[in-house]
Amino acid sequence: MDKITRKLDGSEILIQCLLEQGVDTIFGYPGGAILNVYDKLYDHPEIRHILTAHEQGASHAADGYARSTGKVGVCFATSGPGSTNLTTGVATAYMDSSPVVFITCNVNSDLIGRDSFQEVDITGVTLPITKCTYTVSDVKNLADTVREAFTIARSGRPGPVLIDIQKNATADEYEYSPVTPDEYRSGLNKRISRLIETHHPSIGYPEIDIKAVEKLAEMIDASEKPLLICGGGVVRANASEEFRTLANRMDSPVAITVMGGGAFGGYDPLKTGMIGMHGSQASNMACDACDLLIAVGCRFSDRVTLNPAGFAKNAKIVHIDIDPSEIDKNIKTDLHIIGDAKEILTLLLSKLKNDKKNDAWKNYVFSFRRETEYDDPENGTLTPKQILSAAAEILPQDTIVTTDVGQHQMWAIQHFKFDYPGQLITSGGFGTMGFGLGAAIGVQAGNPEKTVLHVTGDGSFRMNCNELSTEEYYKMPIITLIFNNSTLGMVRQWQHLIYKERYSQTTLDRGPDFAKLAGAYGVHGVIVRDETALRKALTDAVNSRSDGLGWVIDCRIDIDEMVRPMVGGNSFITNFMLY
Amino acid sequence: MQAKENNKNLKRYTIVTAMDNEAGVLSQLAHLFSRKGYNIETIAAGWTVDQNVTRFTIEIYSDEERIKLLCSQLRKLVPIHYVEILDPSKSIRRELMLVRVHAADRASRNEIIQIGNIFRGSVIDITPDTITLSVTGDDQKTQAFEELLKEFGIIELARTGIVAIERGEM
Ligand SMILES: Cc1ncc(C[n+]2csc(CCOP(=O)(O)OP(=O)(O)O)c2C)c(N)n1
Ligand SMILES: [Mg+2]
Repeated sequence: MDKITRKLDGSEILIQCLLEQGVDTIFGYPGGAILNVYDKLYDHPEIRHILTAHEQGASHAADGYARSTGKVGVCFATSGPGSTNLTTGVATAYMDSSPVVFITCNVNSDLIGRDSFQEVDITGVTLPITKCTYTVSDVKNLADTVREAFTIARSGRPGPVLIDIQKNATADEYEYSPVTPDEYRSGLNKRISRLIETHHPSIGYPEIDIKAVEKLAEMIDASEKPLLICGGGVVRANASEEFRTLANRMDSPVAITVMGGGAFGGYDPLKTGMIGMHGSQASNMACDACDLLIAVGCRFSDRVTLNPAGFAKNAKIVHIDIDPSEIDKNIKTDLHIIGDAKEILTLLLSKLKNDKKNDAWKNYVFSFRRETEYDDPENGTLTPKQILSAAAEILPQDTIVTTDVGQHQMWAIQHFKFDYPGQLITSGGFGTMGFGLGAAIGVQAGNPEKTVLHVTGDGSFRMNCNELSTEEYYKMPIITLIFNNSTLGMVRQWQHLIYKERYSQTTLDRGPDFAKLAGAYGVHGVIVRDETALRKALTDAVNSRSDGLGWVIDCRIDIDEMVRPMVGGNSFITNFMLY
Repeated sequence: MQAKENNKNLKRYTIVTAMDNEAGVLSQLAHLFSRKGYNIETIAAGWTVDQNVTRFTIEIYSDEERIKLLCSQLRKLVPIHYVEILDPSKSIRRELMLVRVHAADRASRNEIIQIGNIFRGSVIDITPDTITLSVTGDDQKTQAFEELLKEFGIIELARTGIVAIERGEM
């Protein structure tokens, strides 16, 4: 990069700053307030802009892009409704610690505060669902703000950041000279320097507590019934190698949270599967009986712990996390270590004296392992198990899976053997129906060579299926697999089990015909009712990848299929209401 | 307030924190307290030796466990420099109170001025019918002052909220 200072307008400065950060893909939607920026974008073919059907789709796409590439996602929207349409996506990224920089433009500075056309206080709206928000009213502050926002989004515990730029700051001129992200971190910005110096949790963490690591090594040595929990932090820290080595050396069963999917080998014999509300019997029974529980990068959400009072009641609980505010938030721990999971695990491995053998304990835990909790088909109707088995068999092993929210999400997570971080992209914390297709578009944009499978439900798909137009336009051969049970299945399951089968407002006996809808958007669509048709559709989808057209495979399943096992909210983790 | 009365384990805590002095930091701070279910009893703010840094003193009712969590959540806010809970035995707390009372006759005027003297307050305004006093102290002192003036009829009362600082080390 040449270092000459030039005078540029705000929009060009913004784009130059994005280029400094290595941005080559942006998801977004234009409008009046952000027009200057889009005008400049016209001159920058090196940046690929993906125009979605709706800002929400763009927000999930930027999030899916970030989760699957490890880079910071970027999303543009205009003022007012453009920016508020992002909010569900911002919250989704926030709850799952996904680094996305959202850039919105607002009305001119002199119109702010007058309820001008399409004016909204979007930084106020997104304050509780971002790591940080910025308002830029003067072009002087623009470059510094953009650089700071990227630094914060990707550092420490990653997360979304929003910059709201007032329109005048995109038009006015100011001096610009390029800065690399490394230069920037080393003293150019007072605030970043302060954050680094004070080990501020938004950007880093203090030196790892060696004493605590040594203590943990001793605890591991003393334990006979260990359990490891693999959380989303292992994915974000890219620590799966270290985690696997630890599991092997401890000879410990490994339970996986929804967000941890992919971070621990799906085929590994130490895996007990998901833990919590829809956790496997092996995971939940192990949690109840273990004498040492080590949770890595997991925040003990209520969907994992259920009733916190009885959680791992026989165990010493150890929490490894990058975010100090997660310690003792939901579960009281006996020991905690703050820092990057990869670094801590590496240290821990160097302190471990003996490799353990825990055969008796493993035999106990794995005696609860069931091949699958699902019944085989009865009356010839397709079952979730059949669908997932066929998909696992026919699609390439490194297929990236995005999901929506509901039963289909749980089935997919339970059944697929996710094998690398970033292979499962799902809204775990916020539980956002309508996340999957937008996310799949972001994933495909970031991983053009990979097969992307979007697992959805009829309810979720209906929410944001407009993004089929994006998929079609950009020639993204995403395979959408609808688990069509004609119901909001997850809610129906609760109504069945807890609300005396009073199916209030959950039956979806309505259109559209998803296959025809796919056709209208110009992608392949097919309805399948049995295994043969399903396998054919999946095979056709794999074979037709080169035509660049996606597939919508509408799988008709029974309305009463359930997610098993299930533990009721806030009851004890072994208190299965369904096996 | 209600939570305070219902829960015997609640204690009054004094939190001091410093933040970048820029638009929006107060709302970030206040928002976090309300999101975590706290009512702020008092809050006082002003810049420090460095005009780019604003120091807040905030008092809330909490229990030991929740206050720790709150502090670690506060520390995550990007503009925050530090967050500390002051130990009451090692810190000084003060607020300023201004109060205007009825004082239409000589007897009550004298009595009010005497009370003011005892509390080391000062008369800052006087009219034929009213006296306005200022007093500084911790909340117990200002509270006691207020109680004593009630019988004369308080017309208006204003408090700054507590500011607090640690005592110097001996
Ligand atoms: C945006 C949003 N609205 C409502 C919910 C509540 N909710 C959770 S699961 C679910 C049903 C999902 O139905 P569907 O997509 O058909 O999936 P299924 O459970 O049938 O597989 C609902 C309504 C949610 N998670 N997100
Ligand atoms: Mg459904």
